Amino acid sequence: MKLTLHIWRQKSAKEKGAMATYQVDHISPDMSFLEMLDTLNEQLILNSEEPVAFDHDCREGICGACALTVNGVPHGPEAQTTICQLHMRKFNDGDALYVEPWRARAFPVVKDLVVDRSAFDRIMAAGGFVSAHTGGVPDANAILIGKDAADKAMDYAACIGCGACVAACKNSSAMLFVGAKISQYAHLPQGQPERKRRALAMVAKMDEEGFGACTNLYECEAVCPKGISVAGIALMNRDFLRAKLTYVETKTGGA
Amino acid sequence: MSLNANIPSGPLTQKWEKHRFEMKLINPANKRKYSVIVVGTGLAGASAAASLAELGYKVDAFCYQDSPRRAHSIAAQGGINAAKNYPNDGDSVYRLFYDTIKGGDYRAREGNVYRLAEVSNEIIDQCVAQGVPFAREYGGYLDNRSFGGAQVSRTFYARGQTGQQLLLGAYSAMMRQVGLGAVNLHARTELMDIVIVDGHARGIVTRNLCTGAVETWAADAVILATGGYANVFFLSTNAIACNVTASYRAYKKGAMFANPCYTQIHPTCIPVTGDHQSKLTLMSESLRNDGRIWVPKAVGDKRAPGDIPEADRDYYLERMYPSFGNLSPRDISSRAAKRVCDEGRGVGASGYGVYLDFADSIHRLGRGTIEERYGNLFEMYERITGENPYTVPMRIYPAAHYTMGGLWVDYNLMSTIPGLHVLGEANFSDHGANRLGASALMQGLADGYFVIPYTIANYFATAKTAKVTTDHPEFRKAEAEVRARMQTLLALNGKKTVAQIHRELGDVMWEFSGMGRNDAGLRKALERVPVLRDEFWNNAKVVGQGEEMNIALERAGRVADFLEFAEVMLHDALDRKESCGGHFREEYQSEDGEAKRDDENYAYVAAWEYAGVGVKPVLHKEELEFENVKLQTRSYK
Repeated sequence: MKLTLHIWRQKSAKEKGAMATYQVDHISPDMSFLEMLDTLNEQLILNSEEPVAFDHDCREGICGACALTVNGVPHGPEAQTTICQLHMRKFNDGDALYVEPWRARAFPVVKDLVVDRSAFDRIMAAGGFVSAHTGGVPDANAILIGKDAADKAMDYAACIGCGACVAACKNSSAMLFVGAKISQYAHLPQGQPERKRRALAMVAKMDEEGFGACTNLYECEAVCPKGISVAGIALMNRDFLRAKLTYVETKTGGA
Repeated sequence: MSLNANIPSGPLTQKWEKHRFEMKLINPANKRKYSVIVVGTGLAGASAAASLAELGYKVDAFCYQDSPRRAHSIAAQGGINAAKNYPNDGDSVYRLFYDTIKGGDYRAREGNVYRLAEVSNEIIDQCVAQGVPFAREYGGYLDNRSFGGAQVSRTFYARGQTGQQLLLGAYSAMMRQVGLGAVNLHARTELMDIVIVDGHARGIVTRNLCTGAVETWAADAVILATGGYANVFFLSTNAIACNVTASYRAYKKGAMFANPCYTQIHPTCIPVTGDHQSKLTLMSESLRNDGRIWVPKAVGDKRAPGDIPEADRDYYLERMYPSFGNLSPRDISSRAAKRVCDEGRGVGASGYGVYLDFADSIHRLGRGTIEERYGNLFEMYERITGENPYTVPMRIYPAAHYTMGGLWVDYNLMSTIPGLHVLGEANFSDHGANRLGASALMQGLADGYFVIPYTIANYFATAKTAKVTTDHPEFRKAEAEVRARMQTLLALNGKKTVAQIHRELGDVMWEFSGMGRNDAGLRKALERVPVLRDEFWNNAKVVGQGEEMNIALERAGRVADFLEFAEVMLHDALDRKESCGGHFREEYQSEDGEAKRDDENYAYVAAWEYAGVGVKPVLHKEELEFENVKLQTRSYK
């Protein structure tokens, strides 16, 4: 296969970027999209040009590192597939492809196709956990969790934190990401004690990081490589509202 | 240098209990005076960082990824073992210990492995408390499944994403500490070297992968939880950036490297399709619970799998190992696959593949059950190969997956450099010559949650080192060396890319030091690796600058270390004139092709001491003592 690639090149966060055009040929249909970019990068290095920087690591669709849009769609054209798992047999000889980074205020470009997604980590640090310190916890079977609840929690826990949801949203909303984490814990008994506190803290952090609001277009769900449901956003909103109305943080003095 | 494993005396079942009592403590108010550097945020690193911060230590955690959640533990699919005996099928701590020792082909320490089995149950409790959504039965109890190399069902799992869920549990525990200010997180920061002051590990040199800034960090102890070195084979199931640099830098600074030749080749990976291949994808071993492995009986049978009648199929694992069948341990299954392919009976375009067939299970259990158990794996397979495994058998072939070897550590997980602790896959300690399925997650979390929090206190309380800062001359020296090396790499302006040379190294290592090894091949590899290394330093090409994100430079640094480390691995493989676990020396096999151990001469840990680039390292032996388990020929027949 031969392809024309239009790729976003940006030297650093401070400099302006622009699209650059490259030709690649001898592309095998068995290559993954990132292996196709590897081929381009090898070519660039041998021509003494800088390779295109892009995030990737496991190349199995689970680490969530890879993050780029193909023809405007995060992770490219195949549903529920990260770009590292997308294979070139899904494209046609002679295709022209536009490859760009995630675009969102909260995800500034670091270089080329690499963006800074540390805002997600900060949201997690604000409340994406159960406060269970190591040791001293009950036997794993002491608290029963019905299969349905465990499966539901797992559906949401499957989020890989790639940020495609943010990139697809015209408001750059992170609600699918945050809703998934809140919903995972909301379906488990272990998540109940901090449920309200968690919703308040994670939503507040999400807003502070500059992510937008949700206007129910469901673009996030459509591009999510793990098929996370927007029902998680509804649950998050309900938990947030309930917490906002009823949660009072108790402060007790020391002894 | 003598190797003292510091295994506590006394009966096996009381060693850890006794040791925990005898170790010195640091009182809660004093803990905040101690700082710890944790490098790597996979299961071992994240669980250690979280647990140490909870105790009150000041923790700095480093990872090269953009987020700690992306560490490669995330890719583990199948499950995590524990001796809960929930299914009432005869499991116990002692049985898990015994299976692990036997599975490791009697090349692991009894004391360490028993402790691992002991704390395995606490790990499951901890993960459940964190909100890890393990698979459950309708009644709300945890579900278990069986896994390769075991005859009991002791594996806990979360669909085919157990590693992801356990890592996110450890990550969230760590992020909680980040939020509380107890862990300082440094993402996109790669370790470049380790700093030793007065014989103790006191800090590290790092490179910020976004800005290129070279920085130094001082602490009272350093923990490496930096994973394995399977990418020495270029093609492996590891993530692209997994590397040996941290371990290798420690080795060059005096930490001994133990059993580097013990590498695990995983039997169920998707076969290679061409030269463009950048990595190999594992299909969880759990698939072997319901899939049957076969090849055609006749050499060169090119019929489509559906056209080959039962009578013309060879279910070779079931035939050769009737009691374990398709669940035979990884090393045995991998070699059997290689053997049938070498005979010319392999399937797929390359001839290097065997079928993993679900037709019988789908017939017996229905498609729905199979979909529930393995749906995501089947989808992944179809995405990569374009074939539907519900109707056409999967094709699989072994690939490099895990490395049992690693930095030598004592019972306290401390290397031969005082203060330098090594956890998880990066150490050598618990899996002997072969790791059983679902044991890596167990070990990573055992080390991080339940071992290092105890043993590091004992180190602080007994070492009593003076405080140092990064102004110390050793830090300045280490930083200068790192900068100089970067400049040398950036000046490389030859005709080959770093990836090309890495691929060539991988070819050499896979051919001569992969599933089968022999004297002549290893010697040949020992001649070729230095040639490749010379080629790297004379003919590789690195573009870009140091003071920016530079993916070419990152890769060059990692490959340069692989090119030195590969030789250590080869020396170890050559020196170990026996076959055991993942180390199969073709000269040492039984008549029916099984591994032949030599307990009389090789029941030791080979710990290698650095002696210079291209110079054979110095061998130190830690004799393994088996007081409880009787050494037997490992039989899965």
